[in-house]
Amino acid sequence: MSARDTILQRLRHRSGGELTAPACDFSVLQRPDWSTAEKLDLFQKMIESVHGEVHRTSESAWVDILAGLLKSRGAQTLLVSRESQVGRTLKDAASSRDDLPDLLVYDEAIEHWQQELFNTVDVGITSTRGGIAETGSLILWPSADEPRLMSLVPPIHVAVLYASELYSTFHQAMLAQRWHERMPTNALLISGPSKTADIEQTLAYGVHGPKELIVLVIE
Amino acid sequence: MTDTAEKSPHQIDVKEFHPRARAALHNPQIRQNFRKAMDGLMSKRTAAFEGWDLETLRDLGANIRKRALANLPDLLEQLEQKLTENGIKVHWAVDADEACKIVRDICVARDAKSVIKGKSMVSEEMELNHYLQERGIEALESDLGEYIVQLADETPSHIIMPAIHKNTEEISQLLHDKTGTNLSHDVNYLTASARLQLREKFMNADVGVSGVNFAVAETGTLCLVENEGNGRMTTTVPPCHIAVTGIEKVVPSIEDVTGLLALLTRSATGQHITTYFNMISGPRKADELDGPEEVHLVLVDNGRSSIYQDDQLVDTLRCIRCGACMNHCPVYTRVGGHAYGTTYPGPIGKILMPHLIGLDEGRHLPSASSLCGACGEVCPVKIPIPDLLVRLRQESVDGDKLHPARVRGHGAKRNTVEAMIWKGWGLMHSRPGFYRFGTGIAAKFRKLQPGSLGGWTQYRTAPKLAPKTLHQRMKERQQ
Repeated sequence: MSARDTILQRLRHRSGGELTAPACDFSVLQRPDWSTAEKLDLFQKMIESVHGEVHRTSESAWVDILAGLLKSRGAQTLLVSRESQVGRTLKDAASSRDDLPDLLVYDEAIEHWQQELFNTVDVGITSTRGGIAETGSLILWPSADEPRLMSLVPPIHVAVLYASELYSTFHQAMLAQRWHERMPTNALLISGPSKTADIEQTLAYGVHGPKELIVLVIE
Repeated sequence: MTDTAEKSPHQIDVKEFHPRARAALHNPQIRQNFRKAMDGLMSKRTAAFEGWDLETLRDLGANIRKRALANLPDLLEQLEQKLTENGIKVHWAVDADEACKIVRDICVARDAKSVIKGKSMVSEEMELNHYLQERGIEALESDLGEYIVQLADETPSHIIMPAIHKNTEEISQLLHDKTGTNLSHDVNYLTASARLQLREKFMNADVGVSGVNFAVAETGTLCLVENEGNGRMTTTVPPCHIAVTGIEKVVPSIEDVTGLLALLTRSATGQHITTYFNMISGPRKADELDGPEEVHLVLVDNGRSSIYQDDQLVDTLRCIRCGACMNHCPVYTRVGGHAYGTTYPGPIGKILMPHLIGLDEGRHLPSASSLCGACGEVCPVKIPIPDLLVRLRQESVDGDKLHPARVRGHGAKRNTVEAMIWKGWGLMHSRPGFYRFGTGIAAKFRKLQPGSLGGWTQYRTAPKLAPKTLHQRMKERQQ
């Protein structure tokens, strides 16, 4: 008999009595209906408490803010996506201004440029599928256009979040976006920059992923 | 450190708990490291649950897990079907050895020479690194704590913070000796050096091996909780990803995950959420530009289906591996994780390991507890750990006729003299005449009572019998 059948048979023919399957009441996870402003305040407080950086801006001003932030950090290269709104806005902006870092478009399979991505890219910028106020989390569904490593390998990750897409809780976000119907290859909640406390419980940032997480909130 | 503590982790005799515990108790460095860490974790957990209706949340956690276990075989089949539809290959392993072979076969088929690993307690249970290395495949841990422990040729001393037994100085020395990093007490510097060393390894690894925190049957999704990003690296950069998990980790729906996640990270490290919550539902699609081309899931039984047979012990399988029970355990805090000599230390290890290794090997585990009950009070899924400890103590001496012993190696601690003493005690207490006669005799000859009672009197004075029994004194008062 295969391992699969052996295991399943043992589980199906349990020697004990019937196991109870109690109903699950998820109402304990519910939070009051916060306004967008309240959600944004909480989101900012929570993500800042784990070393994330938040800048409130607008559709017309975020590129300026970004340029200033990246300049102050001496960033040389900025990784953008091919087709997302964020990527296109930056590509358009770059043609008319010179205070942005060199743009690099993630448009070929990682195998062809792994060394370059790991060793030379300073910043990756992605859009988000919303955020979660209660835990200060960003929701990302990486895609063919915004691949998984964009938000992981460069030392700085910038995420663009629309304040109107903030949810109170993970539970609410997951239900509203109907995750049970379809999940992408990879879905992520990101709450702050990469960190570790494995050496004597002392926090250190950027152990494997980004050292800095900058959130540009568009109000 | 004593000789016992320095033995290779793969040769540890679990039965030698007492010498290891004694050695740890006499090691001020170990006691200080654990005390400091556990105090911090306990207060962070309390703060993280502030404002929550924690009892109701724990009820939800327990119910989610109970519901999943009640439907376990169906859920596993559903999970397999969904994952297969999503392009993830599913493997089943009856025991650790079979699970190791599956991983090796996947590596061999891909001609893989190097494996990079994200944190996985099941792979520790399988001793996967050791297995692969013996067969010429390099297996490198990438979680910083696991990396440190691997460099030191040790095993994790805590399931969430593997290197908690070491302080900065010890880690600095270790990194210096093994990797040439400069000696430094600057944690940022040490972390940055590890980042550099491991980035090279990620890029060159042929296979990434990770654990799984929750496997969602409804969508065919593998969920991983982590702070460092090494889990994301492990599951994204190498061309092949192998996830290994115990069969009990499956839950019906993604909604269930929200409840368990709220409990897991707050219970474990006092975080509202970890930096990354990584949900994987398939390999790289044709138009995607990164991610592994192959994803496998190895479902490992390794004793779980036998725990599943018992109506009481099945509760052990609810565990979501947060480590709160060890953080709050007065015994664990004093002896540290290595004293147990088992993959899972602390209270959860004491109820889980006897099934995995048998009660003959693990005979001292259920007794390595003061039954203070803290573990049961903090468990996010309400596993009645103290009750299960008592049950396993009974099994270890075959002591309860109402619950026939089931666990392999039961009765290993049975001692005929002790059994007779308890039998006599039982007889005496169920017959008033016997009792009065016995206590009367004992009071009369109390001077003959031994002053030393083995372990009990090592740190305490022996209790002294009163010159008169309670019955005698009551009689005097009534006269």
